[in-house]
Amino acid sequence: MLMSGRFGAYGGAYVPEILMPALEQLEAAFLAAMEDAAFQAELAELLANYAGRPTPLTRCRNLGSERVRLYLKREDLLHGGAHKTNQVLGQALLARKMGKTRLIAETGAGQHGVATALAGALFGLKTRIYMGAHDVERQQLNVFRMELMGAEVVPVESGSRTLKDAINEALRDWAASFADTHYLLGTVAGPHPFPLMVREFQRVIGKEARAQVLEEEGRLPDAVIACVGGGSNAMGAFADFVGDEGVRLIGVEAAGRGLDGAEHGATLLRGRPGILHGSETYVLQDADGQIAESWSVSAGLDYPAVGPEHAYLKDSGRAEYVGATDREALDAFALLARREGIICAFESAHALAHALKMAEAATEETVLVANLSGRGDKDMGQAQRLLGPSA
Amino acid sequence: MSRYAAMFARLADRGEAAFGGFAMLGDPDLEAGDALLDALVAGGADMIEVGIPFSDPVADGPAIQAAAVRALAAGATPAGCFGLLAAFRARHPDIPVGILTYANLVVARGRQAFYDSAAAAGVDSVLVADVPCAEAAPFLAAAASASVDPVLIAAPNTPGPTLAAIAAAGRGYTYCVARAGVTGADAEVRFDAALIARLRALDAPPPVLGFGISRPEHVRQAIEAGAAGVISGSAIVSLAAERGPEAVRGFVAAMKAATRL
Repeated sequence: MLMSGRFGAYGGAYVPEILMPALEQLEAAFLAAMEDAAFQAELAELLANYAGRPTPLTRCRNLGSERVRLYLKREDLLHGGAHKTNQVLGQALLARKMGKTRLIAETGAGQHGVATALAGALFGLKTRIYMGAHDVERQQLNVFRMELMGAEVVPVESGSRTLKDAINEALRDWAASFADTHYLLGTVAGPHPFPLMVREFQRVIGKEARAQVLEEEGRLPDAVIACVGGGSNAMGAFADFVGDEGVRLIGVEAAGRGLDGAEHGATLLRGRPGILHGSETYVLQDADGQIAESWSVSAGLDYPAVGPEHAYLKDSGRAEYVGATDREALDAFALLARREGIICAFESAHALAHALKMAEAATEETVLVANLSGRGDKDMGQAQRLLGPSA
Repeated sequence: MSRYAAMFARLADRGEAAFGGFAMLGDPDLEAGDALLDALVAGGADMIEVGIPFSDPVADGPAIQAAAVRALAAGATPAGCFGLLAAFRARHPDIPVGILTYANLVVARGRQAFYDSAAAAGVDSVLVADVPCAEAAPFLAAAASASVDPVLIAAPNTPGPTLAAIAAAGRGYTYCVARAGVTGADAEVRFDAALIARLRALDAPPPVLGFGISRPEHVRQAIEAGAAGVISGSAIVSLAAERGPEAVRGFVAAMKAATRL
């Protein structure tokens, strides 16, 4: 490796030896692409004309107030329906550059699977998506989307049958297939160089939001708020604000059915450092180190580890991490639909729930930016069941 | 002389290669697991490799994953596994025993505490499947301090400088993965004689081949490719689950016979 792949004490590349050359190849290709004007131009063109960047920064008309202004970064409007498309396009270009002919990916809510499937279709790459069998059941619409774009969706029956098990299975596939296959990992977790690379491809979220809020307000926001499962939309939203000392960076984890029980996905709030999926980071685990099964109403936040840079930002104090329960997220989801006419993903509703709490508590003039990481179409079936037809 | 060194020296005198049998500790349950380990010895295994079951074994295929699931369901814990190993060591004082496990179980116990527990249980080596050579330094230090051999993995695609580091830092034996992919019993295997030759040239700890070894002809092919031994895992845990320890004893005897050329 050319770089340490560390964020303070976190990160690294904990994979079977056989995968190390594939990670080294990827790191070299990524670092070269960062300096390659032609690569950057092609990615910028795709982001603009295929994916629909820049996405708007919408000031809520009805939530918040004159004094407390709540802005939403509208990644829900991105092609594919979530921020995932940003980095998938980057990695798919890298895969092509490395001469790989096949993509594999894991998916939780199905958003990353959909994004990978669209890239597979666009670049003519054979695509296989691993998805926990439990998630396949709760995200049928996204399964069909992936299949419509030509991807093969493989339900994973092992373990908790959710995102972590899908990652295990993708890593097993890659250990055999790396010669012709790129593992298009969907978040800022996993072994180096994924956490760094995915952050850089998602940096565009915060870069745009920073310029947009400066344009609107003439100043930086008081806080940037994003949900954290693996943590890619949050790292993308935070990255360009890390140097802005006055801007609070707030990651919202899934508190599920409550932080006092075991049914949550609050890795940074309730986990402790360990090693999972190639990275040293916070992990939900028992005293022996067996990985715990996480819980969240949103499949995308249902993950017992977290990107190592978030672990670093937590320990350094630069970012704060809080939780929002299933109930709080569902209430925020319904409120946004009713008051602003925007149906967001359950994942993004966690960020919104905390932003609304902050807005309510604010006593001074306050500017908040919440990252609306995805749209809610995929959650309609569940929302109907949970909120009822008259919600 | 370490138990591994003594074993390789003894086998060299006889013109044999080593047969390593793998079992998941606590599979199918804590008591029956003992009988399985004893069946490996009774069948003639020269070295015993044991898994400490982990919830998320990314380097393992379906057979060993299933064994880990059974063991965890039966209540196997690292502390319990060290107890099983200490009892095994009391029954079998001389046979080399190695642990194969995953990094999170090691760091959760505390790296040094894990290796110290292994040493106290009479374990000779520890291999951590998801710690490549580049991340091995703190694990090597803990192993050295506990006088446990750190076994490192070498793969057919491992580049020269890394292979040299593996040869220099590894102890006991070098675990060579015979092919890409995860553990599993294959119908046919192809061995990378080049990897073994490269390790021999680097004076690495004796190369022992694993991954896919499930038939006596695989054993012979591995030895012809220059291996000092083989490890069979998935075939054993599947056989144990389907037909019990007596069938395993017979399987091990047939595999061991193939190490005598």
